[in-house]
Amino acid sequence: MTSKQKIEKNKSFHDNDSKKSTKTLNSSNSTTRSLGKNEHLELFRKMYLIRQFENACGQNYANGNIRGFLHLYSGQEATGVGSLSSLKDSDYIVTHYRDHGHALARGIDVNRSMAELFGKKTGLSKGKGGSMHLFDASKKFMGGHAIVGGQLPLAAGLALSQQYDKKDGITICFFGDGSTNQGIYHETLNLAAVWNLPILFFLENNMYGMGSSIERVRAGGLDFFPAMNTYEIPSMEVDGMDVLAVREATEIAREKILKEKKPFFIESKTFRFVGHSYADGQKYRNQDEVIKWEQKDPIIVYPNKLIDMKITTNDEINNIKTEVDNVINDAVKFANESEEPSLNEIFTDILAE
Amino acid sequence: MPEITIREALKIALNEAMENDEKVFIMGEDIGEYGGAYAVTDGFLKKFGSRRIKDTPISEQAFVGAGIGAAVGGLRPVIELMSISFSLVAFDQIVNMAGNIRYMSGGQISVPMVIRAPTGAGVQLAATHSQSFETWLAEVPGIKVVCPSNSYDALGLMRSAIKDNNPVIFAEPALLYGSKSNIPNEYFEVNLGDANVMKEGDDITIVSYGYGSKVLSDSAKKLESIGIKPELIDLRSLNPIDYQTIIHSIQKTNRLVLVDTARKTGGIMAEISANINEKAGEWLDGPIVRVGSKDVPWPYNKNLEQEVLTDSNNILDTIKVSYGI
Ligand SMILES: Cc1ncc(C[n+]2csc(CCOP(=O)(O)OP(=O)(O)O)c2C)c(N)n1
Ligand SMILES: [Mg+2]
Repeated sequence: MTSKQKIEKNKSFHDNDSKKSTKTLNSSNSTTRSLGKNEHLELFRKMYLIRQFENACGQNYANGNIRGFLHLYSGQEATGVGSLSSLKDSDYIVTHYRDHGHALARGIDVNRSMAELFGKKTGLSKGKGGSMHLFDASKKFMGGHAIVGGQLPLAAGLALSQQYDKKDGITICFFGDGSTNQGIYHETLNLAAVWNLPILFFLENNMYGMGSSIERVRAGGLDFFPAMNTYEIPSMEVDGMDVLAVREATEIAREKILKEKKPFFIESKTFRFVGHSYADGQKYRNQDEVIKWEQKDPIIVYPNKLIDMKITTNDEINNIKTEVDNVINDAVKFANESEEPSLNEIFTDILAE
Repeated sequence: MPEITIREALKIALNEAMENDEKVFIMGEDIGEYGGAYAVTDGFLKKFGSRRIKDTPISEQAFVGAGIGAAVGGLRPVIELMSISFSLVAFDQIVNMAGNIRYMSGGQISVPMVIRAPTGAGVQLAATHSQSFETWLAEVPGIKVVCPSNSYDALGLMRSAIKDNNPVIFAEPALLYGSKSNIPNEYFEVNLGDANVMKEGDDITIVSYGYGSKVLSDSAKKLESIGIKPELIDLRSLNPIDYQTIIHSIQKTNRLVLVDTARKTGGIMAEISANINEKAGEWLDGPIVRVGSKDVPWPYNKNLEQEVLTDSNNILDTIKVSYGI
């Protein structure tokens, strides 16, 4: 039995027939074995790329090359990489302001992403969007949105266009636990459900919205997915530090969305190792909690598992790290050396022809 | 030259767009089964089916946002809001999303979408249902705002709005849905951003839009009866504003009166006044004069509401006082 069938059988997702409590999806050794070596190494490479990209962003924020708000994805790599590795070219991606990880996981150009953060002409949006507003329409990556919850109906609308045109794709929408307290969250879940939109609601529950732990701001406990019963949206909880589990959950979700022609909801339990934004002193949480979560650091745990299972070697992992470090250095160099946008750019891209 | 109502003109434009372009669809609260709060889309569900005539839940944020998403995904949504007062609930989506997304993406994305909404006071709907927020939305770069005052403009502007590749706010004066005027038999469009000189005259330029243009027509007769020949300009578009047409007119009349049926303070006419001062102040022989509705919440009572709403007597009185006539 494949692991996917096992999940189907265990009904570890909530659907409308089973209101039973579910268990979190974790990857097993057999899941790990079901993937080829190159796929494993690519997952690791992407996660490490994101971590190093974020580290470079932090440094370049400190030295003034990057300004504005900077929200790092460090710690959540397994969630972004795992989920996007199960999507296809035909799928749209919509996310919030903590968007570097999703952009890189989608395979968006590292140089142009870094250049956007530096506000340069060579950036994805010619320096007009910055860290919180990354876009690459050629990869169906439709932002980078910085009003908490505001991206949700945009994603529903993209899914509507896929349904309307009878296209074979879905829209994934990432959002944080904080956005679930916006009214638009309820509105969009309901709309997507009554219209049977091909949308994957992907909650990255990192337990905090800025300095507010969900314990303090959310009624109804620490789990969000059970509430999906109200909308008759099937849902699943996944260990967001486990890249293979997230990958598998997303694959199952995507298939279900296209087959059953309705939305799906994944809650990925994850953690950001760093502050909300670069300016955050993290007074609201205990370092012990951070240290506890760091034990699950996917950049360390995953390659160790692959080495233990003899899927790869320490040398191979180190080679990838060296290669990625060079990619990041090159990206910073590219961004640094790129030109400033011309002042004429102020007045372009406001209206379409 | 058939005579039709604004409601019929809108119906013609929408029906035509639905027939000609598969990408066009309409959504909003009770636009399908119910036929639309102002009956503009009555009969459409039967003709076009529920894929293209979409009744929405009462979720302005979600369906306006979904309209933006659908437009970004290549469709051409026409969204109906039951009242422009309800646009407040969706302001974030309209302004932050529809208005900013193209710029933030460096021009990668466009939002070909129309938001239709009844606007204005005069039908005793009281404070929450009688406002004119097209004037607020006209401030936002990245969205266009138009408002017709007659059937010709309603048809011509709607044709252009649906074809436009940007978000267009299409404000429909609630008092004028049943108002009749002529349209030609031949196909025509009205360019978004072109004002209309409704009536030529040499003495005073009077500018308004929407229901205000109707009020202008009434005041013109009164002015003429006391020997003043006004030139009447209907803006038709609040963003962009056709300053050229206004300036051209004041070069002839040297006087400018700005009339708004929205609240006077903070409205579009304040903006036009400041701009004309800067751009063409040297052509004026007297102060720019503004007439607008009173700066109060809209009252329900008919007498009170009529007193608050700009009418032709207000225009006449203001002109007499300001220019010492
Ligand atoms: C409407 C709105 N309110 C407040 C903010 C400021 N803000 C930005 S991110 C954030 C926290 C959001 O937390 P969450 O959704 O959990 O995402 P996370 O940052 O944890 O990834 C807040 C309050 C905003 N950008 N938009
Ligand atoms: Mg959070």
